[in-house]
Parts: sequence; structure tokens; C-alpha cells
Amino acid sequence: MTTNNKEAHSDIEELLPWHAAGTLSRRDSQRVDEALASDPELARRYALVREELGETILLNESLGAPSGRAMKKLFAKIDAEPARKPALSLNLGARIAEFFASLTPRTLAWSASAAAIAILLQAGLIAGIVIKDHGTGGGYETASAPSTDPGVGAFTIIRFAPQASSDDITRFLEANKLQIASGPAAGGLYKVRVSMTGLPKADLARIVKKLQENKVVGFIATTE
Amino acid sequence: MQTTSDEVLIARIAGGDRLAMQVLFARHQVRVYRFVLRLVRNEATAEDLISEVFLDVWRQAGKFEGRSAVSTWMLGIARFKALSVLRKRPEEELDEETAEQIEDQADDPEVALAKKDKAAVLRQCLSKLSAEHREIVDLVYYHEKSVEEVAGIVGIPEATVKTRMFYARKKLSELLKEQGIDRGWP
Repeated sequence: MTTNNKEAHSDIEELLPWHAAGTLSRRDSQRVDEALASDPELARRYALVREELGETILLNESLGAPSGRAMKKLFAKIDAEPARKPALSLNLGARIAEFFASLTPRTLAWSASAAAIAILLQAGLIAGIVIKDHGTGGGYETASAPSTDPGVGAFTIIRFAPQASSDDITRFLEANKLQIASGPAAGGLYKVRVSMTGLPKADLARIVKKLQENKVVGFIATTE
Repeated sequence: MQTTSDEVLIARIAGGDRLAMQVLFARHQVRVYRFVLRLVRNEATAEDLISEVFLDVWRQAGKFEGRSAVSTWMLGIARFKALSVLRKRPEEELDEETAEQIEDQADDPEVALAKKDKAAVLRQCLSKLSAEHREIVDLVYYHEKSVEEVAGIVGIPEATVKTRMFYARKKLSELLKEQGIDRGWP
């Protein structure tokens, strides 16, 4: 390996955590993908990064949320603040924001609706996938049909990669016989059923390992 | 689109809109709380800090320049407040924390492995990283911040962000090795 190659390799390796989190630019992301495809050792190290990513999310999600005390305390302090005078000079960003803020409630409602539509696009498309999934199953099922109880079966939590399209997600769910049980929760996490019946921990871990190799998956872990 | 929406809220907050403040607080309080909690490791302190962070947002909304995402700006404020608390924390409290870590590390690796699976050990080791390393790992993996955004929050050059993350991961591997898990890296 030449010095230049070594430097490029080290540069790419440093980018792996951001690649796993989906926060690299398209160009850098492409560079990393190409390096991963041609370097098995780098791909092995990338698997370690994805492991760290998953456990960091689980660790943070286990931290809970603040109590209502924090909000009460904040607003008690805000109420004690002197009355605010409108700012006289605002920078461009603030002026643009202020422009939106100054729109009539009706206009703003339309803008907010457009924004909400964009934000919920992926969630909506995924919801569509769920409905379609249930809809094509017919309106009648025998008592022995697989349970549709959202709490029955074996589950994982998944965050889809930001670049994954609805088609990618549909194909991924169909190919792996998966069903979205609920979501999105905080952090864009979905609870996904991988089996209609409970599975031993080792089997579920094997499925998770297989699924996490798919590019559609940003993050995946087992859950109950 | 969420960023634009946050900017609108900030503009309204700058004009004294209490309701906009409630919306912004509801939207970001959990993530800010978790970020601060991982640094100060005390729930009551973390709760006190988030009300301080959002009070600063209320006071400084008119000065927000929109050069970064609102969430990035708030994490920067949160970090500053958390570090101020850590600096004031009595020595004995820090010693107690260190002692807990030493006890954990003294566990027989085989016993530790038998008790917990690899994922649990990994999470335990993530908790044992230094504040500096925990911070960068959380910002990258949990708060989904880019290299540039982390540089802005922590106040270090982008190249340092990458090397700090690299060394945090290296330290994590060392901690795992002490617990009997050799990842074959670095």
C-alpha cells in the first residue's frame, strides 16, 4: 500500500461513524461505500462501528425523560423575566423567520401543513405500506390465521437509513416478511415484527445480524 | 423542514411568544436532557440544567443567527452549562464516581461476561468513557450530528473531531478488552 493509499484509508476509516449515522455528504458517503466494497477488513471494522451506534442509541434511550418539574421551573423563571421589547435589528435568517412568524394564522397554517407533510413523508409512506400490507390480506381470516395482535410475535426496532426511499423500504419489508407494528417513536424508530410467534434470543439475534447488512437499515436491535 | 420550523419558533420566542417556547421545549427537552445527563450523571442536576438551557434560549433568541440548526445551537449551550457544573462539582463527588468505575473494572472478566451478554458489556463500557469521549460518541451516534456540527458544539476544528472520535472508539475497544472482549481492533 502506498503512502497516499494509507492516508486515504485512514481518512475513510475516520469517516465510518458518520457513515453509519447517515450524516455524511453524498460525496463522502460514496467514497466510503466504494472503500467498503473493496476492503474486507474495513468492512469488518464498519460492523464494529454499527454495533457501537446501536448500543449508544439503546443506552441513551434507556435514560428516560425529565419530569414536569423542569418545565414548571423554566416557565416560573420566564414569568419572572422583564417584559420583552421587540428586537430592532435582525439578521437575514431571523428576518426570514420573522416573516414566516408574521404571516396570518391561516397562511401560516398552510405553510405549517406543507412542512408537516414533508416531515411526515417517510412516516406516511411507511404507514401506507402498513395499510397496504393489511389491506391486501383480505377481509376475513380463520381463527388459525396468524395473529394480528401488535403485541404477539418476535420484534426488532429499526431506524431506516435517511436515504432509503419508500420503494426500498417496501421491497425490504416484503423480501424479509416483516411487518411494522408501531412507530415512528423518538429518533425515527419503528417496532417491526419479524415473526408471528416468539423466537429464542439466539434466533432473533441471527435475524437482526442478517437484516442489518441491508442498506435500508440505519439501525436495528432486538426488542420485546 | 424541521429546522425551518425551529427557526420560526425562535423568531417568535425573540418576540416574547411564550407558547412558541412551550412548543420548542416539548420538541427538544428529552434529547437535551439526555445529552446533559450523560455528561453530569445526575438526574436532578440534569433537570435543573435543562431549565437553565431553555431560559438562555428564551433570553438569547433574538441573537440567534441561524448559522447552525437550532438543535445544534441548544446542544452548544447545554454543553457549556454542563461543563460549568462539572467544574464546580466537589472533589469528593468526582472521587466517588472514579471509585465506582475502578470497582467495576476490577470485576473478573469471565464473571462479567457470564453475567451479561456482549451488548450489555458494550453499553457498560460506553458509560465508562471519559466525559470528553462520551460526549463525542453521543453527538455522533445518538444526536446524529455531522463533523461540522460537532466541531461547532464542542468548539474544536473538524480534523480534531475526527481524531477525537477515533480515540474514543479506541478507548472503548480497550475497555472491552479488559472485560474479556477482543474486537481485533485497533
